[in-house]
Amino acid sequence: MDQNNVLIDIKRVSKAFPGVLALDQVNLCLRGGEVHGLMGENGAGKSTLIKVLTGLYPRDTGEILFEGEPFSLSSPQEAADHGLSTLYQEINLIPALSVAENIYIGREPMRFGRIDWKQINGDASLAIRKLDLDIDVTQPVSSYSVAIQQLVAITRALEISAKVLILDEPTSSLDLAEVAQLFKVIRKLKEDGIGILFVTHFIDQVYEITDRITVLRNGAFIGEYETQKLPRIELIAHMLGKDPETFSLEQTAGKTQQEKTKTGQTLLDVKQLERKGSMMAFDLTINKGEVLGLAGLLGSGRTEIARLLFGIDRSHKGTILLDGEETVISSPRKAISHLFAFCPENRKEEGIIEDLTVRENIILALQARQGIFRPLSGRRQSEIADKYIELLDIKTPSDSQAVKNLSGGNQQKVIIARWLATEPRFLILDEPTRGIDVGAKAEIQKLILGLSEDGLAILFISSELEEVIACCDRIAVLRDRKILSELSGEAIEETNIMQVIASKDVNQ
Amino acid sequence: MKLHLNQKNIPLLATIAVFLLIYLAGSVLYSNFFSLRVFVNLFIDNAFVGVIAIGMTFVIISGGIDLSVGSVVALAGVLAAKMMHDFGVHPILAFSICLGLGAMFGMIMGCLIHFFELPPFLVTLVGMFLARGLAFLVSLNAIPIKHPVVNAIIDFGIPLGFRAWLPATAMIFIAVTLVGIYLQHYTRFGRNTYAIGSSEQSAILMGLPVGRTKILVYTFNGFLSALAGVVYSLYTSSGYPLACVGLELDVIAAVVIGGTLLSGGSGYVAGTLIGVLILGLIQTFITFQGTLSSWWTKIVIGVLLFVFILLQRYLSKAGARR
Ligand SMILES: Nc1ncnc2c1ncn2[C@@H]1O[C@H](COP(=O)(O)OP(=O)(O)OP(=O)(O)O)[C@@H](O)[C@H]1O
Ligand SMILES: [Mg+2]
Repeated sequence: MDQNNVLIDIKRVSKAFPGVLALDQVNLCLRGGEVHGLMGENGAGKSTLIKVLTGLYPRDTGEILFEGEPFSLSSPQEAADHGLSTLYQEINLIPALSVAENIYIGREPMRFGRIDWKQINGDASLAIRKLDLDIDVTQPVSSYSVAIQQLVAITRALEISAKVLILDEPTSSLDLAEVAQLFKVIRKLKEDGIGILFVTHFIDQVYEITDRITVLRNGAFIGEYETQKLPRIELIAHMLGKDPETFSLEQTAGKTQQEKTKTGQTLLDVKQLERKGSMMAFDLTINKGEVLGLAGLLGSGRTEIARLLFGIDRSHKGTILLDGEETVISSPRKAISHLFAFCPENRKEEGIIEDLTVRENIILALQARQGIFRPLSGRRQSEIADKYIELLDIKTPSDSQAVKNLSGGNQQKVIIARWLATEPRFLILDEPTRGIDVGAKAEIQKLILGLSEDGLAILFISSELEEVIACCDRIAVLRDRKILSELSGEAIEETNIMQVIASKDVNQ
Repeated sequence: MKLHLNQKNIPLLATIAVFLLIYLAGSVLYSNFFSLRVFVNLFIDNAFVGVIAIGMTFVIISGGIDLSVGSVVALAGVLAAKMMHDFGVHPILAFSICLGLGAMFGMIMGCLIHFFELPPFLVTLVGMFLARGLAFLVSLNAIPIKHPVVNAIIDFGIPLGFRAWLPATAMIFIAVTLVGIYLQHYTRFGRNTYAIGSSEQSAILMGLPVGRTKILVYTFNGFLSALAGVVYSLYTSSGYPLACVGLELDVIAAVVIGGTLLSGGSGYVAGTLIGVLILGLIQTFITFQGTLSSWWTKIVIGVLLFVFILLQRYLSKAGARR
C-alpha cells in the first residue's frame, strides 16, 4: 500500500440522526490515482459518509485527514475550495437556469468585471462533448430529460479541476453508451492522479471501473477490498450480511417463478395513439395478469407512453379502450379513478413529498382516490404504511419519519409503496429499481411477478435489459418515439432486443 | 427550439405589450399624452418606487420578500430632515448616514433570516413596524427640508428639449436600474440569487455562497430603500413619518407585473422597470381622464396583477408539462 499517495483518510467517523446511527466508526482511505467503490445496501450510510466528508453534515466523532492534515469543513462551498468536487445522489441543478450556467455557476469566468457569457457558453458546449452529449447549452436545464440532467450534473463535477472527485450514483439514469463514455473520462482522470470515490448499485460497473471497494452495512464499516481479489458473490454477501450459499439459493428461487400460465384478458387496448412532438402513433394491448415491458434507449419514447396512458400528457389522436369501452383519460385524476397507478421516474420532482412522513407519503394516492372528505383513520393509515414498510423492507426508524431523511433507495421504495397501496388494476412502473440495491431489486422484481399473478396488469419500463427480460411476458421495443416491434415468449432475448433497436429503417 | 427560448420571456413580453397598449390608448384618447414630457414625468414621479422595486426584484428572485421598504423610506426621510433641520448637519453627510443605516437595517434582517432560518415575511414585517415606530420617534410631524445644497440638487437637471427636463431624482432611478441590470446579469452575486430562489438546497450542494448572497440581497434592498427615502424627501422637500404607508405592496405589484415570479428564481430588472412605468402610466391615464377618482388606479392595478398572476400560473404549469 502506497502510504504517500493517500488523499483522504477517514478514521472511525460516526454520525447519528434522531433514531438512526447512520455511520458507526467508519473508515475509508482514498488514494490518488484510484477509483474507489463505496458499496452497501440502501440506507447503509454511503451518502451520509459523503455528506459528512464534504461538510454538509457535521460529524459526531472521528477524524478526517486530507493529504495527512486534519481536515474539517463546515459547508460544501469550502469543500470546493479545497479541491473536492462532488456529485450528490439527488441531481442538484437549478432547473430554470441554462445548461451552461448550471455547469459554471459559482465559478463563472469574468472579463472586465463582468461575467463572460460568450466563454461560458463556448466552454460548456465543449465540456458536454466529453460525455458525448450534443445539446443546446443555452436552454434551461429543466427542458431536458433526467438522463441529460444527470450528465450535465456530472459535467459540472468534472469541470471543477479537483484532486478528489466524488460521484454518488452518477450512472443511475444513464444508458450503456453513456456509462461507457463516462468511464472513459474517469479513467483519464485517474491517470492524472485524481482520487475518485464512486458509489453505485450496479455490480458490473463496480467491477469494470474500481480498483478498491469499501463496503458499509447498516452504518458499520465492513471492510476494504481489492476489487480483483473479491469474487462478486462475496461482495454481495458482505453487503447483505448473508452467507454466500444461502444467497445463491435465493437467486435461483427467484428465477423459477417465471413459468406461469396466463389468463390473457385484455384490459387496455390502445389504438393509434399519438401526441405530436412526443410520440408517434402506436398500438398497444395490455392484458390482465401480464407484465408488458418497454425496452429502448433513453429518449426513445418509453416515458412518453407512460405519461399518455396516465393522462399527464393529452393525446392528439387515437383511442384507448378500457375493458372494451372507449375511455378518455384526460388527467391523472381520471386515471386514478380507473384504478391506474403510475410510479414516475423522476422521484425528486414528481414523486416524493419530502416534508411529509413516510406514512403520509404511502397513503397519499389512496387518500386522493377516496376524496378528502373520507379520511382514512389513523389506525388504518398506520396499518397500511407498516404493511408496505415490511413488505418492501423500507429502512426507517418509524412510519412518522420525514421522507427526506431516508436514503435515496428507500425513498424510491416509499413511492412504489404509495402506488401499491391503492391496489390498482393497472400499474405503470417507470424505472422502479433505479438506485435500489441488489437485495431489494430482487425483492421488487419478485413482487412484480407476484402481483401480475394476482391479475394485475403492469407496464414495466427499465433501462436495464436484463431486468426487463427477467420480469416481462411481452416486450415492446422502441426507438425514436416509435414502437418498432413486439417480442414475446421465446423471442425475449437480449440479442433480439438489441437487434431490433439497432435495425435500420424498419418503418419502410 | 425557438419556442422554448421565448417561453421564459413571455411574462416580460406581456409586460412590454401591456405598457405599449396603455400608452397607445392614452395617446389616441388624449392630446398631449404622447409627449416627451409626460414620458419623462413617469420617471420623475415614480423614481422612489422604482429605486426600491429594483432592490425588491433581487429579493423576490432570491425567494424572499421585504415588507419593510415603505417604513424605511419614511424613516430615512424623516431622519435626514431632522438632522439637517434641528442639528444643522450638512445634507450630504445626513443623506450618507441614512444610506448607511438603511444598509445596516437590511443586513440585520438578512442575518436574522439566514442564521436563525426565520421566514423573510415575518422578519421584514417586524422590520416594517420597527422602522415606522422609529420614524415617529424621530418626529411626529413633517419636517421641511431647506438648504442651499438641497435646493441645488433639486434644481439640478438636464434639459431634454420639448419642455422636458430630467432632474436628479430621475437620474438616480435610471442609474440604479442600470446598476441593477449589471449586477443581475454580469456578476456572480446576481446569478446566485436566481439559484437560491430556484432551489436553495441545490444551491447549497453546488457549493454556492448561499448565506452571504442572502444577507447581501437584503442589505442591498435596505440601502436602496434608504436611497428611495432620500429621493422621496428631495421630491417632496420634506421628511414625513407617515410617508409611503403601504408602499411595499405597490412595489411588489410593480415587480410582479414586471414579470418576476413571486415564488422566486425567475425575473428581470428590466421587466421591473417597465412594471414601475406601467403603474405610473395608469396613474397618468386617470389624471388625464379627469373625472375618475384616483382610487381607480388601485382597481386597475389589482386587475392587472390578477391577470399577470394567472399568466404566471399558466406558464409554470405549461413549463412543468414539457
Ligand atoms: N438528514 C437525515 N435525518 C435523519 N436520518 C437520515 C438523514 N439522512 C440520512 N438518514 C438516515 O441515515 C441512513 C443512511 O442513509 P444514506 O442516505 O447515507 O444511505 P445510502 O447508503 O446512501 O443509501 P442509498 O443507496 O439508498 O442511497 C438511513 O437510514 C437514512 O434514513
Ligand atoms: Mg445514497
